[in-house]
Amino acid sequence: MADVTFIVDGKKLTAPAGTLLIDACRKAGIEIPAFCYYPGLSLQAACRMCVVRQEKVPKLQTACTTTVAEGQVFITESPEIAQARKSTIELLLGNHPLDCPVCDAGGECELQDMTFKYGAGESLYAEAKEHREEQQWSPAVYFDRPRCILCYRCIRMCGEGMDVWALGVQNRGVSSVIAPNGGDQLDCEQCGMCIDVCPVGALTSGSYRYKTRPWEMNHVSTVCTFCADGCKVTLGVRQVNDGSEIVRADNRDKSGINGDFLCAKGRFGFDFVESPERLTKPLVRNSQGKLEPATWEHALRFAASKLKEIRDSKGGASIGVIGSNRTTNEENYLLQKFARTVLQTNSIDHVRSTDYAALARALAGHNCKTASLRDIATAPAILLIGGNPTEEHPLLAWNLRTNVRLNRARLYIANTKPIKLERQAKAALRLPADGYQAIPAYLGGSDDTIKDTAFREAVLAEESLVVVFGQEYRGQAVESLVAWGLKRGPNSGSVRFAFLGDHANSRGAADMGLLPDLLPGYVPVTAPGAFQEYPGLPATPGKTLPEMFEAAGKGELGALLVVGANPVASLGVDPAALKNTFVIVQDLFLTETAALADVVFPAASLYEKSGTVTNTYGDVQLAKKAADRAGVKPDFEILVRLAGAMGVDVKTLVPFGKDGVTADLGQSRGAQAGEADRHAVWLAANNLEPRLSPFDPLAVLDEIERLVPGYTLDRINLFGGNDVRTEPGFVPITALKEAASALVAPAHDGLFTSGTLGRYSPALKELEQHQARELAESAAD
Amino acid sequence: MPRLVSHPDEVKIVSRRFGLGAAKIDRYLELGGYKAAKKCLEQGPDWIINEMKASNLRGRGGAGFPAGMKWSFVPKKSAKPKYVLVNGDESEPGTCKDHLIFLHDPHAVIEGTIIAGLAIGAKVGFIYLRGEYRYLLEIMEKAVAGAYAKGFLGKGIFGTDPKTGTEFQIITHTGAGAYEVGEESALMESLEGKRGIPRIKPPFPAVVGLYGGPTVINNAETIATVPHVIEMGAAAYAAAGSARNGGTRLFSISGHVERPGVYELPMGYNLKKMIYEVAGGVRGGRKLKAIVPGGSSTPVLLPEEIDIGMDFDQVAKTGSMLGSAGVVVIDDQTCMVEFALRTISFYQHESCGWCIPCREGTDWLKKSLTRFHAGFGTAKDIDNIQHIAENMLGRTFCPFGDAAAMPTLAFVKKFRKEFEDHLNRKACPFAKHVELAVI
Amino acid sequence: MSDETMTLFSPRLAARFDALILKYPLRRSALVPMLLYAQDEVGYLSDAVISEVAERIGITELEVRNVATYYSMLRFKPAGKYNVQVCTNISCMLRGAYEVYERFQEELGIAHKGITADGLFSLEEVECIGACCWAPAIQVNYEFHDELTPEHVPGILAGYRSKAGVPSDGSLSLGWKAGVPSDGSLSLGWKAQAEGNAPHA
Repeated sequence: MADVTFIVDGKKLTAPAGTLLIDACRKAGIEIPAFCYYPGLSLQAACRMCVVRQEKVPKLQTACTTTVAEGQVFITESPEIAQARKSTIELLLGNHPLDCPVCDAGGECELQDMTFKYGAGESLYAEAKEHREEQQWSPAVYFDRPRCILCYRCIRMCGEGMDVWALGVQNRGVSSVIAPNGGDQLDCEQCGMCIDVCPVGALTSGSYRYKTRPWEMNHVSTVCTFCADGCKVTLGVRQVNDGSEIVRADNRDKSGINGDFLCAKGRFGFDFVESPERLTKPLVRNSQGKLEPATWEHALRFAASKLKEIRDSKGGASIGVIGSNRTTNEENYLLQKFARTVLQTNSIDHVRSTDYAALARALAGHNCKTASLRDIATAPAILLIGGNPTEEHPLLAWNLRTNVRLNRARLYIANTKPIKLERQAKAALRLPADGYQAIPAYLGGSDDTIKDTAFREAVLAEESLVVVFGQEYRGQAVESLVAWGLKRGPNSGSVRFAFLGDHANSRGAADMGLLPDLLPGYVPVTAPGAFQEYPGLPATPGKTLPEMFEAAGKGELGALLVVGANPVASLGVDPAALKNTFVIVQDLFLTETAALADVVFPAASLYEKSGTVTNTYGDVQLAKKAADRAGVKPDFEILVRLAGAMGVDVKTLVPFGKDGVTADLGQSRGAQAGEADRHAVWLAANNLEPRLSPFDPLAVLDEIERLVPGYTLDRINLFGGNDVRTEPGFVPITALKEAASALVAPAHDGLFTSGTLGRYSPALKELEQHQARELAESAAD
Repeated sequence: MPRLVSHPDEVKIVSRRFGLGAAKIDRYLELGGYKAAKKCLEQGPDWIINEMKASNLRGRGGAGFPAGMKWSFVPKKSAKPKYVLVNGDESEPGTCKDHLIFLHDPHAVIEGTIIAGLAIGAKVGFIYLRGEYRYLLEIMEKAVAGAYAKGFLGKGIFGTDPKTGTEFQIITHTGAGAYEVGEESALMESLEGKRGIPRIKPPFPAVVGLYGGPTVINNAETIATVPHVIEMGAAAYAAAGSARNGGTRLFSISGHVERPGVYELPMGYNLKKMIYEVAGGVRGGRKLKAIVPGGSSTPVLLPEEIDIGMDFDQVAKTGSMLGSAGVVVIDDQTCMVEFALRTISFYQHESCGWCIPCREGTDWLKKSLTRFHAGFGTAKDIDNIQHIAENMLGRTFCPFGDAAAMPTLAFVKKFRKEFEDHLNRKACPFAKHVELAVI
Repeated sequence: MSDETMTLFSPRLAARFDALILKYPLRRSALVPMLLYAQDEVGYLSDAVISEVAERIGITELEVRNVATYYSMLRFKPAGKYNVQVCTNISCMLRGAYEVYERFQEELGIAHKGITADGLFSLEEVECIGACCWAPAIQVNYEFHDELTPEHVPGILAGYRSKAGVPSDGSLSLGWKAGVPSDGSLSLGWKAQAEGNAPHA
């Protein structure tokens, strides 16, 4: 719409015609108070706090329903308006319990803030207040009725925002009450968004209520450690005897990639860090064959000496390394560098949740063909093939719903089974059980097994399309699908892709080269390019994960280092296979794999360390250390210490210190002899200082940026708490070989499960049980 | 059976057929029924709307908006179907006129609905009755069935071609107990199967109404008047009333009068005369204390304020309103604090609860007045009651807040002395119903 | 919903609902009338009624409850076979409604929203029922009684007792199914008179 000019408090403002006055004012820095108004949700005009004076209009008008037009004149603060707002607050406070000293929202309460601002401090209310007992609607959600000011945000967030519609308003007048769908129970996705949008303390969180005061916490914004969408999450952290504990998770300032959104896992699942089963001391297998606690010093020295002995006696190829889907990019990079340069092996792999290497191969040489998670919230049209984002990618589902609701985006869904997002879809194509492979040909017009041509025509008519697809596609199938999109030129519409995997950093694991044949950035080990600077890089691909276990079974795997993974459980490996292998595990818990280890190092969770992670869309975000746990160390530090204990010059692994990293001042021989310090040159060229600590992951981030194709990061945004893009299309096409798609093992985590971490979260287990009960009850009805 | 009354000053237009058995269609036809609709079908929409404008017929629900002008706001062309919605949710305390229309002259409502449909180009009309009027709904349903049987409703009405001719359908509908649903946008919500919460305006119903289509909403009395306007001609109808206030009005006179009842009197008829002559004066020869002129939401008048003509403009000059023309007469044996309490109790019970000032304000007022009437009030309470009501005025989501606040303010201002007499633990000077049951 | 489907309602009411949802441009418009008619037959809106209405309209039970709880005529607990509703709003109050209401309380031995032990009567104080000029007025189920004095009360109750086949001493308890007469009909005094062409004397 065309811009119009209007006057607010004497200031001339400009906004597109039809903009809500409250939005136009907020954009211009004029804050208009409101309880019921919530950006993106339907309008209510119920709280009457946003009243303003419009010239030539007899009554005060609500800024949340007034649309701006040319020449209008408004006043947003005056004695009359302040009086109106003050009286509204007086009326609210009449029956409000004023239990602020014990209320969870105290200090973060919009009603408190408004009372403070408009000074409704004197109580004119002489009647007895009506008390109602607090209700527990689910393990996650509690409702304190007298505190509720009936702003209806929760109802709209649950319905319009989440498409769950589990909350309603019942009765009439002063008896009106927010009510859950299960009578006194809440049968829903337990996302906790209702708690999040509640402006007062009416809806409180089962995990946070009565635990602390907001001002007693430190608030640290980091990245959620569960699914591959990578929401920004703000952890509320409080000091305790053995470190600092996380008491709350939300997205407090509504910033970052997920804006308003956070799901049940992100909000409630953090309690795995406090699990009593958490490992806090290294374990070493004793002479009786039992794991027993040991000092870090002893465990590191023992593990290092065994690794060194096996490498030196049997060769690096007899050592296997398995990395993690939830450790940071810097840790993953360091792990593969440690494997390849210290252990002298390319036998490094991870439990692959999707075939990212195939995507890289398919896109090689084509830039700007992937879509970020933000793009999905604004794209005019999206084709979603397979998967069930509502369960597996909650933020993706949120973005799709929001985009359809607010921008009227067109969503097309092709799936073998009905999924909830079809409620937002413009068209849905039901595929036969094996139907995914036919999609590229169907879209290209050369398949006649799928009869619904109207769906294809609608998709093909889109000028700009984002194709979101997942683990149903591997290897050649990924390439066929991408090839269809790349073929469409400027006249037939542009296509971008998003490829779905599981876990917080599985994309990062693949991007950082936790693959036996590919270095970071999908650079083949057979043609290492810039990675030639790795001292002693083995030239041939190593063993895949199954091959490692196969070798172990044959007694050919001398040692196995497992970081943040549980292949024994997730891939169903026979524990006996490892009986002749020296196994080192770094993990948070004594997993099935760790239980077989000779040395177990207690690792820090993502919430207890810093670094970057890459979500499945290729958006990189900065994880910041929030909590602290005595006894554990980040995997980064464990690896550096392990290398140190093996007698390695740590600087060859982590470029730190002022004296140069690879510069040899002409004293060494080999490929790098006589060269300048490339890292120092790169740092200088990028105006960066050398990092001073070998435990600083940013030192490795510098090297990632220097060496890994596609990882040229916008640091201002990254360090500012935003997501920044990577570009897989920078990988040279000739370099790639066909990916090993058979190795993909999707996790298909649901709303309350998340691999190992979810198993140790009491909150998520409780929610899962609650939902199972609700399901059983509604089935019985 | 509601007692029918009459008085020589009455000008019977809308009530012309009351008591004549016109609920039966044949009788209605004998009494000249459905001629107006037929005429309108011949004359076309522009003519109808011009007649309606010229008649000065103003909305009988209470707001007094000119009906012809309301109809003219409906866009001629619309992508969505247009609708007529008859508001028979008569719930304003002191008002029972629509009750008699549905009982005695249901076909007038049907005929008026058809004419409104012809005027705006709607094919469907809804007649919404409050849930308590079940027996009237059944009368209406029978009447609608009769009109269908005669071909006055359906496809090809009044003998036009069933395929190419004029179509008009009527759907009757029942509410289930909610005063707020009388507000036109809440009425639409209720008819759509939702809670009776008003809608944000704009858009106004004439543009976006029922099911998103342009909709004309009129009070049942307004609609029942329409055929008479057409029959007698706009000029004659207008002339029956006062300036800018066309025709007659059904005045529901209740309370402490000798002859309560629904009287049809010309707009502008003197209120004092209405009470003392038409309704026979104050019951038992008692003294007049106060008068609610237009239903419970209109500010109370003192005896010295009633020498006025009862039309929208003249009553407005007193600071009150003609409203729904429910005249409630109060004698000198009545406790005005109790009367105020009973009034606000009603609004507290009926507030939809959507917005803060109305939901909290009505409840607070009820609680304060309950305590006050029981003798536990303080001088500060009187000011506080006034303060709350003043802060509801003009601040609420819909006019309901004003409807609750305005009478409260008038009671406090005009009967402050009586409020003060309740102070200091004094029992109610009238010693009646001190402990009111709480609804 | 076809006749063969399980339903809580009588065949006549079920058929009426089938027609009702098709009457409006949107099925949901049938919701409020359906709830009221269902209550007339079943006596109140039980969980099962709400569930079936939700299914018939095609909305969630939560949505049905959101709407149902808004309307004051709809109830979620059984009432007496005859639900006595006494208007005490201003016009009725001025002409003795509270005295009438008190007399009902005495005669029935129950208070607001109470129900007699035999299930025959329940009592409610209600807001304006649109009979202000014939005040004070009450409704028993949907039947109006107007221009009452407390002296009318015993007679009105006796009339309903005899309608229900209860001896005047109230000794017989028939185990009432709360709600409306078993044939679903309502005796509507005023309506009969209105159709009889009889102008009121």
